[in-house]
Amino acid sequence: MSDTRPTVLSMKDVTLAFGPKVIQKNITLDVKKGSIFAVMGGSGCGKSTLLKSMIGLLRPTTGEYLVDGVPYWDGSEAERTELNHRFGVLFQSGALWSSMTIGENVALPLQMFTDLKPDVIRRLVELKLGFVGMLQAIDLQPSEISGGMRKRAGLARAIALDPDVLFFDEPSAGLDPITSARLDDLILNLRDGLGATIVIVSHELSSLFHIADDGIFLDAKTKIPIAHGSPRDLRDHCDEPQVHAFMHRERDEEGRN
Amino acid sequence: MLRGLFFIHPKMTERFSNTFSENASALTQEQEQADPNIEVHLQQSDPQTKGASAPSWKLSTGENGPVLSLQGSWTARSGSIPSFPKNGLDDAPAGSVLAFDTRETARWDTGLIAFLWDVKRIGHDRHITLETQSLPAPMRQLLDLLPDVPAVKPAPRPKRLPFLEALGGRTLSGLTEIGTVASLGAMTVKGGFLALSGRSRMRFVDLLTDTTNAGPYALLIVGIVNFLVGAILAFVGAVELQKFAAGIYVASLVGIAMVREMAAVMTAIIMAGRTGGSYAARISTMQGNEEIDALNVFGIPTSTYLILPAVLSLVITMPFLYLYGCLVGMLGGFVVAISMLDITAAGYFHQTVTSFGIGQFIFAFVKSIVFGAFIGLTSCRIGLKAGRSAADVGIAATRAVVVGIVGVIAIDAIFAVIADVVGI
Ligand SMILES: Nc1ncnc2c1ncn2[C@@H]1O[C@H](COP(=O)(O)OP(=O)(O)OP(=O)(O)O)[C@@H](O)[C@H]1O
Ligand SMILES: [Mg+2]
Repeated sequence: MSDTRPTVLSMKDVTLAFGPKVIQKNITLDVKKGSIFAVMGGSGCGKSTLLKSMIGLLRPTTGEYLVDGVPYWDGSEAERTELNHRFGVLFQSGALWSSMTIGENVALPLQMFTDLKPDVIRRLVELKLGFVGMLQAIDLQPSEISGGMRKRAGLARAIALDPDVLFFDEPSAGLDPITSARLDDLILNLRDGLGATIVIVSHELSSLFHIADDGIFLDAKTKIPIAHGSPRDLRDHCDEPQVHAFMHRERDEEGRN
Repeated sequence: MLRGLFFIHPKMTERFSNTFSENASALTQEQEQADPNIEVHLQQSDPQTKGASAPSWKLSTGENGPVLSLQGSWTARSGSIPSFPKNGLDDAPAGSVLAFDTRETARWDTGLIAFLWDVKRIGHDRHITLETQSLPAPMRQLLDLLPDVPAVKPAPRPKRLPFLEALGGRTLSGLTEIGTVASLGAMTVKGGFLALSGRSRMRFVDLLTDTTNAGPYALLIVGIVNFLVGAILAFVGAVELQKFAAGIYVASLVGIAMVREMAAVMTAIIMAGRTGGSYAARISTMQGNEEIDALNVFGIPTSTYLILPAVLSLVITMPFLYLYGCLVGMLGGFVVAISMLDITAAGYFHQTVTSFGIGQFIFAFVKSIVFGAFIGLTSCRIGLKAGRSAADVGIAATRAVVVGIVGVIAIDAIFAVIADVVGI
């Protein structure tokens, strides 16, 4: 596949570590503009950690991280914040601000970084919550909604500023099949409609096969990425036993259903 | 061909003013009134929308029914996305099919979808079907995700109760609270006895950590505060007593004050702020993370697992901190007295020892145990009762400190009355 799209995020030989504890090393990847990039691997292999480093929460110990060709960590803190404004993030646990209502959670970035008027903001908040089917929950507190709803509210907050690059950490965990399929559509539509680039951590293989067009597979044992490519390619052509097992189990299940 | 023509953007009014129907100009004015800053927004050069034309829309009648055409750049952050007026579809007959023309649409993002959503909801009310097939696929799919019902309006806040009812309610809940704390105390005492016989579910590791935190780690601040209190008492006393050549009684003043009141009360206030606040914050955070629920499901009683170590740690350390506070306070008084007055160290020491009886000492010792139990129980109870948000953790910590300090002083007053009656 000759990919001529410009590269948005790029890592060259990056090592990620918490103190002396190395989580992943030799990470090299290119996320193309408009692609849906899947981060795959077993539990605890460092997917969330990789995502954290991509959004600037964890500085790689070695290697280079470029955003639109600009070295991310070479800039000043203000420049990094500027770059971060182009990112939207859904955290694995939702990470809603617990002392605000769902609507206020989505509204806060809009209030902070735009000079839109309150009624315009309210309209956009309703829109974003409407996308994820959470309109009825606009005035509820995060503690009053279910786990899956918290996920969806987090997603609405992630897309509040119509970001260029979206990072989703297991967006469909805890959602029913219908909502989760709707979410896939939403992700595809955000990509097609807004030209957003999406980095997604997911174990939901059927959804990955459906939406992702590029990806990386991390191995927990060797602590290095062992495969690159779209989930579909990896399923059909990768000989790496780890990857094969990961992709194959789901295929068996699909066959049974 | 074109029967009705509406423009929403004020700049457009100049160019097309002669084609405007009355209805449309009224609409434009309304829009301008509703949004006096619209010019400002448009002039702001957002780097992304610079040079792009402002969004505008036009409803016309095509061959197969009404057609809504969208021009310009529709980005949410420009702030210039118009809202579709409530009566915008009044000219279209009910049951007709509204088509879209997006050939002149430049950049767009969810701002455009917000506008289309307005159209969708108003169309739904007026029984007009949207021919979404005429929209580009991404727009159509995003629009399809949105419900055609308006957002629910927030329920009105409950009215405030009349004064007497509110007072009654508060009194009742206050009494209930006292009952709850008392039963919590009873359970803790029971748990304590079980712990003594080794049959309790308390983990001694927890007791040890809590006791270390409440005891040795508090020595510095308890020491500093009591030293200063002793010094201040001596200083104030010395200034007055010197006038009567009774400087030596500074020792009695400091001794009695520290032993009877100050050491116990000051230490309790410090512990209410330091340890009580931290227990309340810890337990309310556990509440927010559903950790308490997890304990309950396993059948691990919160009273013995969480509260007992917290209360015991304070009950164990408070009397010792009181003792330590007395000594340090007297030392503070001694330092000031020796440097200000003409008295010997031995004289000061002798005067101190003879100034208070052992009864007073034991009385305050017991008092500090009560303070410890009170601070432990109330802060744990406040933590357990807290809400589940981050702000609730802050509220719980503050409340624990306030209730702790006020309660300690109130209990001290009760003890003072008892002491008077008993004659200590
Ligand atoms: N703050 C931290 N300090 C130290 N180690 C950490 C920290 N956060 C995560 N780790 C370790 O990093 C490793 C990877 O964690 P990570 O959360 O990235 O896993 P993951 O691939 O996202 O797993 P999952 O699929 O279960 O979410 C784990 O071994 C974890 O123990
Ligand atoms: Mg993770």
